[in-house]
Amino acid sequence: MSVVFYLLAALTVAGGLAAMLLKNTVHCALALTVAFAGLALLFLNLDAQFAGFAQILVYIGAVAILVVFAILLTRGSETPKDGVFSRTWLTGLAIAAAVFAVLGWAVIGSARVLPHETAVPAVTVQQIGVALVGRYVLPLEIVGVLLTAALIGAVIVAMHEKVEHEKEEQK
Amino acid sequence: MIENCDQIFVLLRHWLVSFLPAAWQQTAGVLLSVATIVCLFPALFALTTVFERKGLARIQNRLGPNRVGPFGFFQPIADAIKSLTKEDIVPLSADAAVHFLAPVLLVITVFMGFAVLPMGRNMVLVDLDAGLLFYFAMGASSELAVFMAGWSSRNKYSLLGAMRAVAQMISYEVPLLMSSVVVVMITGSLSLTKIVEAQNHYTWGLPHWYIFTPWGFAGFLMYAIATTAETNRSPFDLPEGESELVAGYHTEYSGFKFALFFLGEYVAMFSISGLGTTLFLGGWSAPFSFLTWVPSWIWFFSKLMLSIFVFIWMRGTLPRLRQDQLMNFAWKFVLPMCLVNLLVAGLWRFMGDGWLRWVVCSAILLLAYAGMGLGEMRKQRLGPRSYRYAE
Amino acid sequence: MTPLAGYLLVAALLFSIGLAGALTRRNAILVLIGIELMLNAANLNLIAFWRYGPHPEALTGMMFAIFSIAVAAAEAAVGLGLVIQIHRHAHTTDLDAMNRMKG
Repeated sequence: MSVVFYLLAALTVAGGLAAMLLKNTVHCALALTVAFAGLALLFLNLDAQFAGFAQILVYIGAVAILVVFAILLTRGSETPKDGVFSRTWLTGLAIAAAVFAVLGWAVIGSARVLPHETAVPAVTVQQIGVALVGRYVLPLEIVGVLLTAALIGAVIVAMHEKVEHEKEEQK
Repeated sequence: MIENCDQIFVLLRHWLVSFLPAAWQQTAGVLLSVATIVCLFPALFALTTVFERKGLARIQNRLGPNRVGPFGFFQPIADAIKSLTKEDIVPLSADAAVHFLAPVLLVITVFMGFAVLPMGRNMVLVDLDAGLLFYFAMGASSELAVFMAGWSSRNKYSLLGAMRAVAQMISYEVPLLMSSVVVVMITGSLSLTKIVEAQNHYTWGLPHWYIFTPWGFAGFLMYAIATTAETNRSPFDLPEGESELVAGYHTEYSGFKFALFFLGEYVAMFSISGLGTTLFLGGWSAPFSFLTWVPSWIWFFSKLMLSIFVFIWMRGTLPRLRQDQLMNFAWKFVLPMCLVNLLVAGLWRFMGDGWLRWVVCSAILLLAYAGMGLGEMRKQRLGPRSYRYAE
Repeated sequence: MTPLAGYLLVAALLFSIGLAGALTRRNAILVLIGIELMLNAANLNLIAFWRYGPHPEALTGMMFAIFSIAVAAAEAAVGLGLVIQIHRHAHTTDLDAMNRMKG
């Protein structure tokens, strides 16, 4: 278990914790970006180059910016009067702690039977490309349709409904 | 002798690193290359600022800086001294941590792009299998730095400038990626060294650069438009238009941090021009087969400086686009043209060699361009040009 | 402890942090941030098993993770669009205040 892994794990977990604990929403979004970057580096540490770069391109380059835009459009930078944690925060924390306990117990309990291949799976980008249009062509097309639906849906959901306001004013 | 000249930097690195024990040689080699890149491109940036100011001046029928040094060429030294000694003002209500980190993040992500550019034969820092994807990932991360700068200043003009800049950069990222995907389709690899090697062949003395093919030419034009918008250069420089938004997202930055933003913008211009030359202009390969004796890195940097010259020329010549015109252009014209280009590149590959594919592909592209262009113009109801003179 | 167990523990920790955030924060956008953290933790799990597991089929884990990244991005877009529209209607993103179907 190398030093690099511990550093990256610490960075990612710190980013995640900061994302969930900070008061200022934009700071939370930026901490989330740090967590994404830490995860991308963990992917690179696992020799998954394509997944690591795709993670940076999609999550840091698009999702983080989306989150930040949404925070700005909903005036999220103003701290609410009643604090940032909900009334039922203790229950939520207990549930999350229980989930972590179960997962941790499962991992540590099965540590002996976990597989441990030392050879890196030799995957080139060309193989990924060939697989995407060969074996995985159906998921690829479905994800394409899904992304188109999400694009159109997000635009429709977030669109300004000016027409209805004008009609109401005329009445 | 010719090959030694071509590989002079590689040999120099080998020689310098051979003084160290064998265990440290690889790390030292990489560190040496990184140090070279980090010193070379800011020096090129300094030179470019002078060229830009003098070039713009000449286009505008004036002289430009001509006091400091011969013909004003020591101006960047004066600028550097000024920006280093200016007081670093941080507004009281600004978010200090984010305000500090924004230029740092920008410079880091912009310099990371150089790791995969092949600057000469065997002169690439890291030969990644997914090199192009790495480059675009770093480019996408730099947008967040722009937002951080604008938001942390707690200034309405900064925020507005940052929002405009980010919206523009995201909109033009799609044509940027799509025009590069065409090159990947034809080459069959995301690795930049393979893309250059695929263009390094000559027929009757002329090179196989992708710009000399119909889809490559269209792709290069769209890539050029997208890069001008990505780096916020005129005519797409509304986010930093001085007459509109004070200075956009770097209003509240002074001294060295402003210099870092300026550096980041110009180095991004270099890096994205470098990628453009790699993808479309053949990277380090010579224009004619009888010129291959000239070292490869000279060709790469000449093409890079040519692209920079074109950027400066465009800045001095074209008027600024309004934000809605800019976004309309991206989503309603450049993106459909990119999709048509993808279709054309697919046709090119499957039609096989011969004159027919040239004719068919060029015809489809010209028809699409004319059709969409006429459609847009008709929608805008443009009449004949009218003139008004001051009386 | 094997390297795989280390990665799985980090993924479990990230997942529970995301879950805790999604369950305890008031702002709807922070709940979406928590969900994104959970999705990322699952991706880390997938890639860790892809790397350290047996490889009869060398591409499955990587493919799964890539599709998961794409779907998560789409879901974030739609979710944030919904949050923006809700804010426009109720003028707040406070989830404790939005616990009724009326209005």
